[in-house]
Amino acid sequence: MKILVTAKRVEDPESKIKVKPDGSGIVQEGLKYKINPFDEIGVEEGLRLAAKHGGEVVVVSIGGKEVQEQLRHALAMGAHRAVWVNHTGTLDQLALAGLLQKVAEKEKPDMVILGKQSIDDDQNQVGQYLAEFLGWSQATFASKVESLESEQEKNKVPALQVGADGKTVRVVREVDNGLATLECALPAVVTTDLRLNLPRYASLPGIMKAKSKPIEELTPEKLGVDVTPKIQVLKMSSPPPRKAGIKVPDVATLVDKLRNEAKAV
Amino acid sequence: MPIVLIVAEQQPDGHLRKATLNAISAGRTLAEKAGAELHLALLSKDPSKLAEELKVQGVKAVHTAAAPELEHYLAEVYAPVIAGLVQELKADYVGMASTAMGKDLMPRVAARLKAAMATDVMAFNGSGADISFTRPMWAGNVFAEVKLTTPVKVFSARATEFPASTGGQPAGEVKAFTPKLEASKTKFVDFKEVKSARPELTEARVVVSGGRGTKGDFKEIEALADELGAAVGASRAVCDAGWVPNDLQVGQTGKVVAPQLYIAAGISGAIQHLAGMKSSKTIVAINKDPEAPIFQVADYGLVADLFKVLPELREALHKLKE
Ligand SMILES: Cc1cc2nc3c(=O)[nH]c(=O)nc-3n(C[C@H](O)[C@H](O)[C@H](O)COP(=O)(O)OP(=O)(O)OC[C@H]3O[C@@H](n4cnc5c(N)ncnc54)[C@H](O)[C@@H]3O)c2cc1C
Ligand SMILES: Nc1ncnc2c1ncn2[C@@H]1O[C@H](COP(=O)(O)O)[C@@H](O)[C@H]1O
Repeated sequence: MKILVTAKRVEDPESKIKVKPDGSGIVQEGLKYKINPFDEIGVEEGLRLAAKHGGEVVVVSIGGKEVQEQLRHALAMGAHRAVWVNHTGTLDQLALAGLLQKVAEKEKPDMVILGKQSIDDDQNQVGQYLAEFLGWSQATFASKVESLESEQEKNKVPALQVGADGKTVRVVREVDNGLATLECALPAVVTTDLRLNLPRYASLPGIMKAKSKPIEELTPEKLGVDVTPKIQVLKMSSPPPRKAGIKVPDVATLVDKLRNEAKAV
Repeated sequence: MPIVLIVAEQQPDGHLRKATLNAISAGRTLAEKAGAELHLALLSKDPSKLAEELKVQGVKAVHTAAAPELEHYLAEVYAPVIAGLVQELKADYVGMASTAMGKDLMPRVAARLKAAMATDVMAFNGSGADISFTRPMWAGNVFAEVKLTTPVKVFSARATEFPASTGGQPAGEVKAFTPKLEASKTKFVDFKEVKSARPELTEARVVVSGGRGTKGDFKEIEALADELGAAVGASRAVCDAGWVPNDLQVGQTGKVVAPQLYIAAGISGAIQHLAGMKSSKTIVAINKDPEAPIFQVADYGLVADLFKVLPELREALHKLKE
């Protein structure tokens, strides 16, 4: 099986994001960067599938040269090789999906695994655009039935179940009020939710090996994709702050406040 | 006249998903600003009953597609049908509630139409042809005003930011159209519903949420919720551990709620959790760590052991009723 996984570079989810006073963007100073947490889950799932069914995991990231850090991280986790689409400047989801479409057409994977959303843009779109552009089946918000503390998880069993004939994949999805199961014909596009797996740490030998793994460089021009943004961010602002609250000493005061001040009970 | 098309959502049990009513208000707000007509789309095996419910929502028309293939929602089946309708109507905007279905479907519709999309829209700005959308980024740390420059503009609306539509006269026309059905490479296998006797998390007037501080013991959270007629919510830590069903997760990547009263017990208040509950009217936090960030958004904070104070709180609230 050949699996293509994505690795977007995003701000560390622990970092404090502040908007620049002129609203043109966020304050970059002092921020740390990571692989998008959902993409890390995608890399892990790809590795488990490759371990079970044999094959190759190819990781792709789109951005300036700094995204090679995230590619190296995925390679250190165990991905076999990387594709870097070199582009500086903003890209919207249409452009990102257009670029990934070309990479997928070139690589011809059995499956593309992306994160359900990037934690900076929070758009939750690229996977679905990509599936439509490719005309492939789509399963978003992939999850697993067993808990993240289960034996299956400890034994790194993939949650995505490939059919015995290798032509389909069964995906359990987190949706409103329950879990929906789909059977997708391969090739398919899958996006990960939080509870698909617990990603492994990169081992020291893994990090060493990653240094010699190949990173292929591509560009939007080479791929023939027009990346002119169709989404323009006009302005960013900080959400209005909540008015400061108070600490109450005991339950009686809390109930009194809820009843007589907030009129909430 | 420009057209705003809102896609209605039918739940697996056949009822209308309530967030559809919030999406209709979002559509109405947009239509007023853009000087447009508001239309609805409803896809179903048998849309007749819901169409009657929807036509009195102050809309110009409800466009219905009926086919056995539309029984179980699949993005690949629904997207071409909606995109086909958008083209037929020459609609300018197409949107839906930001539910699991809305998030799965609308980007695929947008891709079909080569259109740009804004997710989780909270407000519309401007007028006429000059409309922009306000949407959250970075777990709600940033509000961005975005403009979509493609001819058709697609969006999903954050239900908590728009009131539920309560109807409007005269009744709109119900118009059946022939869906553009395509063979799907994906098959629906099953849907396992998590049933609960409590109110729906996103619709409840009161939500009681538990975090890792409960150590997986949700008895007191549930008892307090039942005393208040509230829904139960949870932090990611609790869902990840498998202590409660996944769809109770509140936050950036879970449900967004804005009840009259939100009670968080044993939740630290990570930014990803706050993203899902910060717009609640009144917030109560119970945490034994006085430095927990949840206290920064709480109207009333109680520094205490939840196992001790939750039963006290339940009894005190019960006494109020007597
Ligand atoms: C990509 C991404 C997406 C995420 N999305 C979400 C999301 O949608 N929703 C979400 O909730 N999180 C989300 N998270 C996780 C988030 O960052 C936090 O890890 C999570 O919210 C922590 O859950 P918690 O507050 O229950 O646990 P903890 O942070 O461990 O806090 C437990 C709290 O309980 C208190 N406590 C312990 N015992 C008691 C007691 N007996 N009485 C009273 N208080 C007690 C402690 O003081 C502590 O403050 C996301 C993270 C990432 C990286
Ligand atoms: N620059 C990028 N490089 C690689 N993958 C990306 C990039 N941007 C987005 N993606 C993928 O698309 C997913 C959804 O992103 P979004 O639609 O922006 O929320 C992410 O989880 C990534 O897997």
